[in-house]
Order: sequence, then C-alpha cells, then structure tokens
Amino acid sequence: MSKVETTYREAVRAGIREALQQDERVFLMGEDVGAYGGCYAVSMGLLEEFGEERIRDTPLSESAFTGAGIGAAMGGMRPIVEVMTVNFSLLALDQIMNTAATVRHMSGGQFGVPVVIRMATGAGKQLAAQHSHSLEGWLAHIPGIRVVAPATLEDARGMLWTALQDPDPVLIFENALLYNRKGKLAAEAGAVDIDRAAVRREGDRVTLVTYGGSLFKTLQAAEELAAEGVAAEVIDLRTLRPLDDATIMKSVRKTRRAVIVDEGWRSGSLSAEISARITEQCFWDLDAPVARVCSAEVPIPYPKHLEDAAIPQVPGIVQAARETLGR
Amino acid sequence: MTEPRHSATHPRVSREHVLHLLRQMIRIRRFEEKCAELYTQEKIRGFLHLYIGEEAVATGVMEALEPDDAIVATYREHGHAIVRGIPMTRIMAEMYGKQEGCSRGRGGSMHIFDAATRFYGGNAIVGGGLPMAIGLALADKMQRRNRVTVCFFGEGAAAEGEFHESLNLAALWKLPVLFVCENNRYAMGTALARSESETDIHRKAESYRIVSHAVDGMNVVDVEAAAREAAAAVRETGEPRFLECRTYRFRAHSMFDAQLYREKSEVEAMREQGPIKRLTEWAEGTHFIHDNDLERIEAEVAAEVDDAVAFAEAGTWEPLEDLTRHVMAEPAEARL
Repeated sequence: MSKVETTYREAVRAGIREALQQDERVFLMGEDVGAYGGCYAVSMGLLEEFGEERIRDTPLSESAFTGAGIGAAMGGMRPIVEVMTVNFSLLALDQIMNTAATVRHMSGGQFGVPVVIRMATGAGKQLAAQHSHSLEGWLAHIPGIRVVAPATLEDARGMLWTALQDPDPVLIFENALLYNRKGKLAAEAGAVDIDRAAVRREGDRVTLVTYGGSLFKTLQAAEELAAEGVAAEVIDLRTLRPLDDATIMKSVRKTRRAVIVDEGWRSGSLSAEISARITEQCFWDLDAPVARVCSAEVPIPYPKHLEDAAIPQVPGIVQAARETLGR
Repeated sequence: MTEPRHSATHPRVSREHVLHLLRQMIRIRRFEEKCAELYTQEKIRGFLHLYIGEEAVATGVMEALEPDDAIVATYREHGHAIVRGIPMTRIMAEMYGKQEGCSRGRGGSMHIFDAATRFYGGNAIVGGGLPMAIGLALADKMQRRNRVTVCFFGEGAAAEGEFHESLNLAALWKLPVLFVCENNRYAMGTALARSESETDIHRKAESYRIVSHAVDGMNVVDVEAAAREAAAAVRETGEPRFLECRTYRFRAHSMFDAQLYREKSEVEAMREQGPIKRLTEWAEGTHFIHDNDLERIEAEVAAEVDDAVAFAEAGTWEPLEDLTRHVMAEPAEARL
C-alpha cells in the first residue's frame, strides 16, 4: 500500500473534499470557511473547487448557522457545520442541546438530525482563556448525539464520511495542536468506524486511556515507561460518546491499573466518567486506584510556561503511571 | 371587518369559506377549553399553553399553505396542529402522553410533531425554532424545491439573539421563509413596552431588508389575505417575508399564571374583539351565516372533541422497557 506524507489538516480537508464529491447533499458552512480558507486553513481551496453554495461563509451567528445546519439536515441535506472553536460553540449550545439532541426523541422518532458539527478544541497555542478549552466532555454528557475525537491521520481522514452516514448528530472535535502534525497516510485511506476505541500501543503493566490531542503525549509517556521496563498499553478512545467500555475494560482487566489522561478539567470530566465505569466494572481486577492526569482547575492562561503547566504533559503522565505501580 | 376582496392572493370570501374559517377557529377554541378542563382533572400535566384568543392567526396563515410546505411552531401550537390537519385524536393523545399521540407521547403539549403534514414542532425554547426554519428553507433552496417554510413565534422571541441572527441569514441568503410573529403583547408576564425599545416588531424585520407587514391578528380574513399575499411572494421570489399578527391571549400564559401583570378590564375589552365573535357578527351581518349554521358547527366540533378525548382515554402507555428508545436512530430509522 503506497503511503503519502500529509498533515492532519490536509487529511481533514481530504475527508471534506471526498464527501463533497461523493454526495451532492453535503455542504460546508461556518465562519470564514470560504474566502478566508478556514481559520485553521482546513478548507483552503474548497471555495474555488465547489463554489459559494456548497462552501458557505456565515455571519458570526453560531446559534443560527448551527441551527440552520440542523434544519437543513432535517430537510434532506447533509451539512457539515464548522464552528471555529469549542468556546464559540457555547453560543450554539442551545441548538445542539435543545434541538439537535432532542428532536428525534420529542418527535417520537419521526424526525432525525443527520448533521455533522466540527470544531477545534484544546490548548497549547497561547490563545488564553476564551479559545483554549477542552469542553468535549460536556458535550459527551448529552444523550442524542455522538461525539468523536480523531487523533490520528487515519481518523482525521476517515471519521467524517462515517459521521455523515450517521442518521443522528455527530460532533467532531479536532485538537488545534494536531493540525500541523505530519505523517504518512495510505493513499487509499478512507472511511473508518466511529464506534470503537483503538489500542494504539500494547502493554501489560498499566493502561493509559486518552484521546485527541493528548494521544501523542501519552504515547511518548509509554515510550519513556518502556525504557524503565514498564509496558504500558495506550487506548485512544476515538469516540467519546458512546464510550467503548469493552475495549477499556478488556485492557484494564489485563493490566490491573489505569491512568486516564484528559485535557478537560478534572471536576465532572470525561476522565471522571471513565474512572467511575472502571470502578463499576473492574473493581475486583484493580491492583491500584484509578489515576487521572487532567487540566488544572484554571481558565487556560496566556503565558507559555503557565499554559504548559495547566494541561497534561508527558512527565505527569509518566509519574501517574509509576505511582499506580508503587514506584 | 374589511370588505371582501377577490384575487389570486386574497381569500375568496364566500359563505362556504367563511363557515370553514369559523369552524377551524371553533375547533381550536373548543379543543383548548377541553384541555383546560382536562388539566384541572390532572389528565394533562406539565405546562399547558392555550391559544384561546389567538385562533385567527394560525387559521388564517394555514389557509395560505400547500401540503408540502413546512411549519415550525412554538410551545403554544395546539391550534396550528389542528388547522394544519393533524387528527385531533392524535393531538389529544399527545396531551395525555399516550403512545398513540402524534409524538408517541414523548413530547406532550409543547412538542407536537407530525411528519405527514411537515409539522416540525412544538419548540419550547423561545426563538429556538427560527434557525431550524432557516435550515429547512435552505435545504429547499439548495434542492431547488419551491416550498415555503412558515415559522411562528411570539413577540418575546424578538428579544432573543436567534431572532436577529435568523432574520439576517434569511435575508442575506434569500431563503423562502415566511416569518409569522404572533404578537400577543405579553412575553409570559412582561408587556412588550417593558422589554423592547422598538415595539413595532415588523420594523425590526425591515431593518434586515425583509418585506414586512403588520396585520390585525384578531381578524381572520385580514390574516388570511396578508398570509396569502406573503406566501405567494415567498414562492414567487424565493425570499423571506415577515408578518406581524397583532393578537391577544385571553387565558393565562400557562396554567400556573395568576395574571398579576394585566388588568381584568383589558382582557374583557379584548374579548369583545375576539376573532370568533368578530367573524360571527360580520358573517351574520352579511348573511353568510344562516340560522342553524353555528349550532351545527358547534355540535360537530363537540363530537370531534369528544372523540379525541375518548381516543386519548383509550390510548395506552408506552411500556417502561421502551424508555430509552427514540434517542438515537433504530435500524428501521437509520436510512433517512
């Protein structure tokens, strides 16, 4: 299989292009997706290729254009709504929570909302306390939607198509630090499942559970642990709702130890949910308390040293893993 | 009452049509009165928002719609559902929460949905339906379908950001939406002048360059005429129109409302201008109504309401095992 060098950004763009080429119901809309090329340059060139009707620049009206995506999906289209960052998506939370997630239920199954909403998430670019948060755990709280977080190039390329086939709303969280990440991707790379977590590294001493932007830090931590003779297994959740309990529990039953790495704040977080599930389902298999590495309970600060200290980093992950082993 | 007008876009004021309008408004009125009664009997629970006094708006606007047009409504939507043609039996079963209801009982009074008549709810977030209407109209435009999406909302929605965002998008993108503001003068208990610096709601739409009119919402013939003209323009141009219907709610906001915010005399004065009363008096004056017409309509509507109650009473509760259904698509629904 031939492989080509690509970036996460290019992989996301390739997924969008394929969807636009393959399904005439698909269109992209959001702030600056057209003439500007996307605030993270994801949609660069798509306006020229597909035209203004399908690459649709919107006013700064998160609620209305997200709701318009919902309505268009109900009207037979397959919209991809891009929201610049998860912080801005709070202006559309009414539409996501009160409409997208509820219409199927409130209508007794008569109407579905096959919309895909993409947004950037995460810290690390010194964008301070209104552009840097990881709120995907909040969204993963809501029944009626699916939440996914592609971390690898394969998932950046392939999750969108599968999300567009889903009859229910799918939220895609793209960690902003990943856009420039380079790697090799199979030339024929295409759709991937959005149901299951993936074991990104096998090991038998401790399970490290993570997703999105923290995956590569966690893999680095596993590398350092290996140098100490500790074989860590790394699970990439991929789908944050519904959680793939089976893959998590299978690993924890094997390693008997778990560390959850989550860029969200610790209190009321996705990591708290996973910790609870491990305790509920694997309590008697555990050899150590479940550990968590999360963001500090502070709005993300601007200065680099403080921002770095606020979010999970490799040394903290390594240390947490060591502690589960009594080291 | 205005003089009868005849044109492609104006209602044909005939005896038959006047009786039809009267019947539709009486159907709403008697249904709502029965709902209030059933609420006191605790057959209907939760919030119940009655449309009594505002019947002319839904009745008049619905005359302008085709079967494949879409309706987005609010939590005060029983009347719209009735005159759109959803069977009263299934609406009443929804009030009860029975699985024979038009939303399988999952929605209740505030969330009436019906795919067959393209009735998209029943939205209990003020202003929350406007973006959906924009999207439905966008889908029609992109799929080259000449359909109208009618979006009903109250004047309280004009204070919400979603109102302004949606009007701007509809005008900017030239979307076939007919916005119908049901201005009943009170956002729950807050009088319009206590919440808006500009109380002529239709002027806000004009500021987005949407052709906009205000109409006497207590006069069903005026509402129908204005709605026909506006809907025809939307169909013709593919662009949005805005209609402000000035109406009045005779009953409390919901069943929990003690109505401390308005004088009883104001309500009484407005009742004198009630839409059913006015149409009846006008029709009597013009001899469109004959001796037994009202009695006949009332008897037929009473029977329809009785049937609806009997249907709801005989309805069944969804089994507990079904609790988590209809959250995500089931295999049968997973095509769309």
